[in-house]
Amino acid sequence: MSNQKDLEEYAHVLQQCVRCGACQAHCPVYSETGREGSVARGKIVLAASVLSGQVVLDERLQEDMGLCLLCGSCVTHCPNQVPTDKIVGALRRKITDQHGLSSVGKKVAKVTGSKSLMKTLIKGAEFLSPLLFKKIPESSGLRLRFSPEILKGRSLPPLAERTLFDRVPEFLEGDPEKGIVTVFAGCALSYIYPQWGELLIRIPHRLGFSVYFPKKQGCCGMPALSSGNSALISKLSETNIGALNKKKSSVILTGCASCRGMLAGHYAEKSGSPFDSKILDIHQFLVANGVDKILAALPQKKQTTRITYHDPCHLRSEGITREPRALLQALPQADYVEMEGAGLCCGLGGTFTAHHPDLSRMIGDKKSSGLKKTGATIVASSCPGCILQLQDIIDRNGLQMQALHTLELIDQALTDEQQS
Amino acid sequence: MLNQDILDKLEKIVGSSRVSWQQVDLVTHSFDATQRQCMPDVVVHPTTTQEVSQIVKLANEEKIPILPRGAGSGFTGGSLPVRGGIVLVLTRMNRIIEIDTDNLVAVVEPGVVTAHLQRKVEQLGLFYPPDPASKDFSTLGGNVAECAGGPRCVKYGVTRDYVMGLTVVTPTGDIIQTGGRAIKNVVGYDLTRLIVGAEGTLGVVTEIILRLIPQPEARKTMLVAFTSIEGAAEGVSTIIRGKVIPTTLEFIDNSALSCIRQAGGDLGLPEHTQAVLIIEVDGASDQLDPQVARIEELLAPLGVLEIRVAATQEESEAIWKVRRAISPSLRQLNPHKFNEDIVVPRSRVPEMIRALEKISAHYNVPIVNFGHAGDGNIHVNVMVNLDEQGMRETVEKVLKEIFETTVALQGSVSGEHGIGTAKQPYIAIELSPETLGTMRAIKKALDPHNIMNPGKIFPELNPESPLPLLENSAV
Ligand SMILES: Cc1cc2nc3c(=O)[nH]c(=O)nc-3n(C[C@H](O)[C@H](O)[C@H](O)COP(=O)(O)OP(=O)(O)OC[C@H]3O[C@@H](n4cnc5c(N)ncnc54)[C@H](O)[C@@H]3O)c2cc1C
Ligand code: SF4
Ligand code: SF4
Repeated sequence: MSNQKDLEEYAHVLQQCVRCGACQAHCPVYSETGREGSVARGKIVLAASVLSGQVVLDERLQEDMGLCLLCGSCVTHCPNQVPTDKIVGALRRKITDQHGLSSVGKKVAKVTGSKSLMKTLIKGAEFLSPLLFKKIPESSGLRLRFSPEILKGRSLPPLAERTLFDRVPEFLEGDPEKGIVTVFAGCALSYIYPQWGELLIRIPHRLGFSVYFPKKQGCCGMPALSSGNSALISKLSETNIGALNKKKSSVILTGCASCRGMLAGHYAEKSGSPFDSKILDIHQFLVANGVDKILAALPQKKQTTRITYHDPCHLRSEGITREPRALLQALPQADYVEMEGAGLCCGLGGTFTAHHPDLSRMIGDKKSSGLKKTGATIVASSCPGCILQLQDIIDRNGLQMQALHTLELIDQALTDEQQS
Repeated sequence: MLNQDILDKLEKIVGSSRVSWQQVDLVTHSFDATQRQCMPDVVVHPTTTQEVSQIVKLANEEKIPILPRGAGSGFTGGSLPVRGGIVLVLTRMNRIIEIDTDNLVAVVEPGVVTAHLQRKVEQLGLFYPPDPASKDFSTLGGNVAECAGGPRCVKYGVTRDYVMGLTVVTPTGDIIQTGGRAIKNVVGYDLTRLIVGAEGTLGVVTEIILRLIPQPEARKTMLVAFTSIEGAAEGVSTIIRGKVIPTTLEFIDNSALSCIRQAGGDLGLPEHTQAVLIIEVDGASDQLDPQVARIEELLAPLGVLEIRVAATQEESEAIWKVRRAISPSLRQLNPHKFNEDIVVPRSRVPEMIRALEKISAHYNVPIVNFGHAGDGNIHVNVMVNLDEQGMRETVEKVLKEIFETTVALQGSVSGEHGIGTAKQPYIAIELSPETLGTMRAIKKALDPHNIMNPGKIFPELNPESPLPLLENSAV
């Protein structure tokens, strides 16, 4: 069963666009291209024209539909909240249904399905080997998001020996009074940055919660969505819904903004949330449990590091901007400064970067002056995709900075405290 | 459809990547914020004045319509290709060429987005005041062509007041310079003023010299809630008569307020509020409180329920949120909106508001009024459901009556949005045949083949009206 809507089901939503053009001010792609087809308004008119038969799904249309980061900026700023990201998703699916997957889309498709295969193949330094990468089953989001084309010439994270699934048990018992939380890690936190994935599990456990990390979970489906592969999204979402609903828990936690966007947004596109418990970004959860206050109460370090924060689009467009800052500002070992353009998109955008590497870089490089001006040595964020892209922007522009997950800084503070 | 020879020539001028006649590109350049749709034949993205000149020369020789286009945020159909032709998209000409801090002048290309220039000059302690609500996306070229205004115009004037000189490609393809950087200039006709507000019918603006002023030190925002619409309308003229010129003076009537409430917005206003004024003053910090006090004193006798003066940036933002919540909430009333931007002398605002209420009651059609009342500019929104029997005819009568009343009160049918195609039927209510004739003679002299944005402003030049609605859209 598909939980994605067809373009036809958006017909009435398309009418809510009043053609004001306000989205032009907020679309990272339009700000580079200056072309109407790149921006939400143009895409909505095209979607309506596809429905009315005024335009056909030709290559030129596919090109314009490809020019979208699915960042949701336009949706947040639209006076009528027209869901352009979802409409583009539906149109891409329509294109794939009729014309098949693009070459990048095909690669994505093979990796995202089988987890065991992914686990064996994406291991250690071997992950970097293009030869080996070719053997990765084409159904993992990693295959699409971090394929050799994308990784080429990029700053890469030092690779972990063991995946997240090898690092933590499926269930960690906590204080029975506190209840159970379920964790969804996603590909990047499971395979590329398992050390951060581990914190997503260990920090709630340290707070006394029992943590359930179902091994059956797979890729969230963001790359599949981005490449318009409806069959694959359905398959992945079915697996994940089953896995995450298995044990009764108070919340489902995510530490990757894009995964959260999929689970809370796209899975719920058709008939509301399929989950028995609420999806919470880890920062929301930590603030709700007073971790910002705990951090603020720790003795201030004499030597502090200057840090800043990048808003992932998929948290910013959901209004989750306060909680990560509240936590970072409370850190005893850091001195937080706000970055100019903290909310500008990093330019990664699902499979966007694979299709349009130059445009993706140009969008990303807009962040470099803001990063530089902060004088910070660390930029924290809460989406592995953004972090990978940020490190790349930093290195390409010769800045002396490190991009890392907010959880690492939080864990540092809590651990230091325990040891002292 | 243009013949291949012409398309080849266009490709030769700007390169093939910046010319397209694929259906997808034609569709994405077939509309503006009026939601009408007219298909062009080809879309071109020039980057230099020279390219524009060559394109216009070609169009003039071949008698093909040319449509200058900025952000396509116009409210009156100015950039619609009503007769097809070449859409000339100017968004790639978006360089801020120079900011001259010695002479307080900025030189820009037409595709620069209004707010981008504003941010840039504000970093230098300077100020470019015209602030259409669309400033975050409209282009300065579009602002010049429409003579855009905004809330701050009460005190600072409109786009026209800041344009010192222009580079224009005339309809025959010549490149001319008008005005200049000097503050005074009386050499020959004032072509700058002719081009500003001409809606792209007299040439393509390719460079703009703008006047800047020092940035005011501080500003203060206040919200005043009234017991009656009458009181608020009187408030507008009373403040001006009291010789206080606020930066902005925005009026919101009770139907606008109830739309926001229905849309779920919490205004935190006193219960019986019938109308609101949002007032902002600026200047040296020590001049703000006296101005606020004077305004409070002037308004006190007019039935004031509450005066809220913002103490912080956040509080000021909260006040403006009320204003911005209006437009999107209007749909609560009816699906179709006719948005007119009439303007009357400031002392006639109360009379105009009374007349609008009467018209609304007489035809039983909701009319929501709000806007920059401080300069007499009222956004009149006639909200209807066109699917209702006979509603089209009713709307026409309502609009005609509104415009006739406006002109009778020495006002004008458009303060800032222009005529385009949307207001053509009403232009003769305001302009005498002789005045219109003079304007036509100018157009004819400059554009003998009528290629430069044809079918705009002058009514009989546009035979095919009304224009088709955009596929799948609400008005
Ligand atoms: C939400 C919203 C709010 C708005 N608020 C205001 C407001 O407060 N005040 C106001 O005045 N307007 C307002 N407008 C209307 C509109 O934004 C302005 O008219 C603006 O100046 C148009 O700029 P543009 O770049 O979008 O021009 P377009 O819509 O692309 O073009 C407008 C006209 O200018 C001509 N033109 C464009 N560029 C050039 C050029 N370089 N040379 C010659 N002709 C050219 C076009 O041919 C057309 O006739 C609003 C619009 C929207 C959608
Ligand atoms: S998508 Fe929203 S912001 Fe963009 S033109 Fe349509 S209504 Fe305006
Ligand atoms: S989702 Fe992002 S990239 Fe796509 S149209 Fe909207 S603002 Fe542009």
